[in-house]
Amino acid sequence: MSEAALPSTKKTGRSIWRVIALLAVAGLVMALALQLRARNATQPTSGAAPDFTLKVYSGYDGGLGKPEIRLADLRRQVVFVNFWASWCVPCRDEQPALEQVWRQYRSKGVVFVGVDYVDTEPAALKYLAEFGVSYPNGPDLGTKISQKYRIQGVPESFLIDRQGNIVLFKIAPISEAELIAELDKALAK
Amino acid sequence: MQEARGKSQVAGRKTLWIVAGLAAVLAGLLIVGVVAAQGGTVTDDQVNAIAKRLNCPVCENVPLDVCETQACVQWRDLIRQKLAAGEKPEQIINYFQATYGDRVLQEPPRGGFTGLVWILPFVGLVAGVAILVIVLRRMTAQPAPVKLEAAPSEPADEYRERLERELQELQ
Repeated sequence: MSEAALPSTKKTGRSIWRVIALLAVAGLVMALALQLRARNATQPTSGAAPDFTLKVYSGYDGGLGKPEIRLADLRRQVVFVNFWASWCVPCRDEQPALEQVWRQYRSKGVVFVGVDYVDTEPAALKYLAEFGVSYPNGPDLGTKISQKYRIQGVPESFLIDRQGNIVLFKIAPISEAELIAELDKALAK
Repeated sequence: MQEARGKSQVAGRKTLWIVAGLAAVLAGLLIVGVVAAQGGTVTDDQVNAIAKRLNCPVCENVPLDVCETQACVQWRDLIRQKLAAGEKPEQIINYFQATYGDRVLQEPPRGGFTGLVWILPFVGLVAGVAILVIVLRRMTAQPAPVKLEAAPSEPADEYRERLERELQELQ
């Protein structure tokens, strides 16, 4: 190797390290930015509903006969997704109306899905029995579903049309009249 | 007469035995009830030792052992039930992590993206020390000797020449 080649090799080595350091910093900044963006994101209020799979509580498959419910499998039906918890007081207020409307609409191509958010199973089962809930219900394992829907608390509800798009987002308890009106609108589409 | 007294004594003893038996059953039920109400032999300290390693599911960064929301009360009850059922603390922590996700852990997990929380401070420290060493070495390094070369002869300055010439003429 010639003497003249030595400084050039050293320079190339330094440049590589600089590029690596820059890429590492850029990657880190990008990862942090993505995390920040995800944290500041709000609930989807329109467009395609994020798909999810819910493992239902034993005896709470809503007559679907499956231990797991996948949203994508419910396409061509109107789906009402309700996030709730047994410790949530407003959830108790809306629960009788939800069960009532479900019984009224279950034969009209409507599916209700209850997603139990950060709850304990014994308390959740007690709650479901107390209100005589008969539509599919299961725990949000790992809070994966609530993260997809970016909920900020409970109760929160999403109405999904037959094409799989969100047509209603409700951050408070929903009344029987409002739910019926929205279901009729979605079914008429 | 004596026969009647004997019969009465036997009946009295029988009654005594029945009363004693009932008292024993009642005492047993009472003890079982008290123990059951306390969740077996599980103490609040045992529950809180696990709860303090978890976060409240609905508040931001509030440890489970000090949070009074209904959700936290239920979670602590579940910990008590699991301890009474003979589960080990690590099993219970793993259950909560699997059921509710990593964010319920007070101490972030060491793997995945959150693992950066553990690694980055050390990486930053090493990088900082390395930069400091490089800067200090550059600052304290002896400057390379500068080879002095004879300054090239400047072209004759016509004004200087004129000035010198005029000064000579004046003398």
